[in-house]
Amino acid sequence: MAVVTSELVLEALQNRFGSALLTVDYPYGMLTLEVTPEAIPEILRFLYDDEILRFRFLTDLCGIHYPHQEGKELGVVYHVHSLENNVRIRLKAFVPETNPELPTATTVFRSANWQERETFDFYGIRFTGHPDLRRILNMDEMSYHPLLKQYPLEDSTRTDKDDKYFGR
Amino acid sequence: MTEQPSQLTMVGAPDGHEGQGFFATSLEKVIGLARANSIWPLPFATSCCGIEFMATMGANYDLARFGSERLSFSPRQADLLMVMGTIAKKMGPVVRQVYLQMAEPRWVIAVGACASSGGIFDTYSVLQGIDKVVPVDVYVPGCPPRPEQIIHGITQIQELIKNESLRRRHTPEYKALLASYGIE
Amino acid sequence: MSEKNLIHNQSLPDIQDYNTLNLGPTHPATHGIFQNVLKMDGEIILEAEPTVGYIHRAFEKIAEHRPFYQVTPLTDRLNYCSSPINNMGWHMTVEKLLQVEIPKRADYLRVIIMELARIADHLVCNSVIGVDTGALTGFTYMFQEREKIYEIYEEICGARLTTNIGRIGGFERDFSPKVWAKIKSFLKEFPAKYEEFMSLLERNRIFMDRTIKCGPIDAELALNYGFSGPNLRAAGVDYDVRVMNPYSSYQDFDFAIPIGTQGDTYDRFMVRHQEIIESLKIIQQAIDGLPEGNYFGKVPEFYLPPKEDVYTKMEALIWHFKIVMGETDIPVGEVYHAVEGGNGELGFYLVSDGGRAAYRLHFRRPCFIYYQAYPEMIKGSMLSDAIITMSSMNVIAGELDA
Repeated sequence: MAVVTSELVLEALQNRFGSALLTVDYPYGMLTLEVTPEAIPEILRFLYDDEILRFRFLTDLCGIHYPHQEGKELGVVYHVHSLENNVRIRLKAFVPETNPELPTATTVFRSANWQERETFDFYGIRFTGHPDLRRILNMDEMSYHPLLKQYPLEDSTRTDKDDKYFGR
Repeated sequence: MTEQPSQLTMVGAPDGHEGQGFFATSLEKVIGLARANSIWPLPFATSCCGIEFMATMGANYDLARFGSERLSFSPRQADLLMVMGTIAKKMGPVVRQVYLQMAEPRWVIAVGACASSGGIFDTYSVLQGIDKVVPVDVYVPGCPPRPEQIIHGITQIQELIKNESLRRRHTPEYKALLASYGIE
Repeated sequence: MSEKNLIHNQSLPDIQDYNTLNLGPTHPATHGIFQNVLKMDGEIILEAEPTVGYIHRAFEKIAEHRPFYQVTPLTDRLNYCSSPINNMGWHMTVEKLLQVEIPKRADYLRVIIMELARIADHLVCNSVIGVDTGALTGFTYMFQEREKIYEIYEEICGARLTTNIGRIGGFERDFSPKVWAKIKSFLKEFPAKYEEFMSLLERNRIFMDRTIKCGPIDAELALNYGFSGPNLRAAGVDYDVRVMNPYSSYQDFDFAIPIGTQGDTYDRFMVRHQEIIESLKIIQQAIDGLPEGNYFGKVPEFYLPPKEDVYTKMEALIWHFKIVMGETDIPVGEVYHAVEGGNGELGFYLVSDGGRAAYRLHFRRPCFIYYQAYPEMIKGSMLSDAIITMSSMNVIAGELDA
């Protein structure tokens, strides 16, 4: 019974999903794969069902915005963890700003539900197949997605703080 | 803890006429004294300041000895709205609704930097001070304020209540204040 | 006792009209602000629709505009009942990014602080479970004990609740003799007082009747929902980040991971109780085995040089200037680091682009992730059971919304 390591996981993924894996990296020891967005649910389902790999815990799901990467501005980063084997890997999928759509991971992990809603709220990334995609932390009436890099941190309509003195 | 207090001052009686078995003063002062020493606060605790408030209500700092023994979570039965913690823009209408449900006379104390002015959260989602939605009487700075500071805020409210005129809520200035918040 | 089983086992009746009850967002001061709109048939809850975000303070956006050492006060305000754990977790994330070695003494001191914070957090949760079942006495007693923990924090860093404790690289000064005296007296006096509190609730007939089989969740569902921490351990899965991915020399300590069987409120209460006992053991082991050495690692990018050097030596002055004005070299990269917070796996995903502030900082907040399961856990139970379930899950609004 081979000990499951990141290399073993990479091998299994390359055998099954060779074309969907775009880049492979090991920043600070964690296997990080950039994959095509359409392959995300299949990869997660494969990692979940495989009896040896057993990645049954979705640690984290968040969004990220790189405004200068043409055609791949918005990204979603998944961290999955195999508790029995104590292996963590990171998956990234990038979508263009003009059409930020990605299939949902809620078919595999229930915990992705609210995390995808949060990512939609902050970045405007739409998850197709999500049961209830709407804003979660911000007000429903909010007209923009605040964590995108082009929007400022402060509320521009506030009256009591003078930007001149606050160095902004 | 081992030194004796050099001078113990009791709360002084208000100005009035004292005689054998009676004390005469104005109605305002008596009502002020009664109201000040039996405030029923509504702890509107949202975040970290709420935990400091729980410590203030605990045995070590004991807010109850100032008359605030009975916390009311229903605004209909409360005198003092204590807003403790950050108020986000999503929560603003809720604070306003709770304030509207309170009966006169009512006072508001903003505990903590976030309730007073938005605190360290100068962001798109945080209301920069609850005085944007409700009129505030006392601001207690701190992040979170120590229980002693919260008690000081309450004693300031007590001073306000003791010295408040009975006609205050009917004066045009007060009505103008409420109108500026859109409350009639 | 048998009536309780009946309520959970019967299938939900198919009725057209139901009451709608709005629970929140202003609860009595114990829980924090989040809203649940309940559809009820009399006392029994048919459906719950939670709304969160009433205290959304945009931490992740703020972190993109603040240098790394200014993010520590933000992390304080995540799970504010145990802020030192959040602070240490963030410091360790940055140290992982910079690939710094931290001396063992600093690690042990960090462990002492984190375990005290864990005790403080579990004390709040357990006393609040008591309050919600009507037992208010325990709350008053345990908050007095929390004052002792606050005094220890105050002696070390000056603040009671939102501590901003330690530095990236360790601590700014070693613990003074007064701190050790306070910690030792806490370890001596707390167990007896805690026994007193537990004797009120642990084998109390009424408490057990109220909390056993109340809001259960099974292990498989809990894992799928991303549960971690005491809530997951009560369901039977022994996943503890301190054991799985040890950080800050936790592998040197000998402690057990308590687990429950049914994942109901009583199990969560007892798991937290046992974790307090284990934390006391860890603190004792840390004090007994405390190694000599430095209390900070070599982190020239963020650790300010000692003031005497800044006033006398040129190099230290330049470093001080560079750190405060933000001209130090920070590596480009991404790192994920998790610590065992009071509520579970608190993770920090940091993407750095070499600049003074993080490019992206995401907090993996355990409360936000496991609160999704709440509507499913309370379906079919009565309203008062739903309240106890919520308080036993220890949902802290600061961590829920960030």
